Amino acid sequence: MKPDFEQFKDIPGTTIFTIEKARQGFWLNQFCMSLREEANRKRFLGAEREYLDEWQMSEQQKQAVLDRDFQKMLDLGGNVYFLSKIFASEGLSYVQAVSTMTDMNVEQYQAMMLGGGRNVEGWRSKKERGEA
Amino acid sequence: MARITAGISTSHVPAVGAAVDMQRTEEAYWKPMFAGYEFSKKWMKDNTPDVAIIIYNDHASYFGMEIMPTFAMGIGDRFEICDEGYGARPVPVVEGAPELATHLAASLILDDFDMTVLNVLEVDHGLTVPMSLMFGTPDKWPTKVIPLPVNVVMYPQPSGERCLSLGKAIRRAVEQFDGDLNVQVWGTGGMSHQIQGARAGLINEPWDRKFMDDLVNDPENLQYKPHLEYMVEAGSEGVELIMWLIMRGALGEKVDEVYRFYHVPASNTAVGHMILTPKE
Ligand SMILES: [Fe+2]
Repeated sequence: MKPDFEQFKDIPGTTIFTIEKARQGFWLNQFCMSLREEANRKRFLGAEREYLDEWQMSEQQKQAVLDRDFQKMLDLGGNVYFLSKIFASEGLSYVQAVSTMTDMNVEQYQAMMLGGGRNVEGWRSKKERGEA
Repeated sequence: MARITAGISTSHVPAVGAAVDMQRTEEAYWKPMFAGYEFSKKWMKDNTPDVAIIIYNDHASYFGMEIMPTFAMGIGDRFEICDEGYGARPVPVVEGAPELATHLAASLILDDFDMTVLNVLEVDHGLTVPMSLMFGTPDKWPTKVIPLPVNVVMYPQPSGERCLSLGKAIRRAVEQFDGDLNVQVWGTGGMSHQIQGARAGLINEPWDRKFMDDLVNDPENLQYKPHLEYMVEAGSEGVELIMWLIMRGALGEKVDEVYRFYHVPASNTAVGHMILTPKE
């Protein structure tokens, strides 16, 4: 079967982690995997730029990590389960980190979740939203 | 002969594990969610299996991007707990069931399911959170476990059809094992959730509830749901629900629904949980 990577591009506000993205983000995600070890977490947080320079990441990927710009990291091939090692290093929860990718602050995001989450209505298609 | 006596499905939210580990289950935020598992913990005390085959996904905890198996099986005699970035969960080590696992892996490969064989594996919240929900906080887990990691993180994930038929093959393989074992199959992950991008926080309760209905009554049609529909309707991480189909396939044609629970939210996620038994 011929793979169809285009089919996901109409989902608004969503980056699907495909095998192509996995190739693009390989070293970014491998850097994240290294943070499973406490010693590496300490070393990374102590000297971020130096630590990142040990990995074959693009300059853009490194900058996105330094900026904690998670959406940018997704765009550059990162996957959220890998990226979670960055925010876990700093003791942040998924809710705290994930909310930064939305247009809400963490309190507003929490309130939305307690209210039953984001309603799918209006969030199915970029075309429908006039974004495409 | 060994037999499959029940199927369990449950979400495996990491924050739920953290709430258990930090004794926060009585707090107002968590209490209603944990209350939904009280029935199940009691039921499980009376129906503890010898072995649980736990279908879950690794969340960049053990597998990096170096190796991404579509279907794998842990055949070792013990599985250590991963450090997922916050330090390892303080839960007992997971004991394996190598005799049944080697039989199962071999049977499945001979049946054209090309399982990756794992002699070494560390398990993450995808596997340990369901155990905490079903067993609480014992010093030692009361059941042996065969971990069955599935790639649900990178597209293409296995298709729904493939998942349901893997479940059917697991059922046949268990029944062909010489040895009197009570076996359960657990399908974990889901329900609707999205933890990335501007659309993060998506929850779709009507879709989730229909999924549970169809899982019970109409798995033969449910298996054809394309990945795209899971991602659009249940969020990019809602595609984990294909793992419930493996569990369902292992139960045979008709099932009895013993229990169902649904709750929003746990962190970013809709929690769904079912106990099903094969109708003989
Ligand atoms: Fe998961």
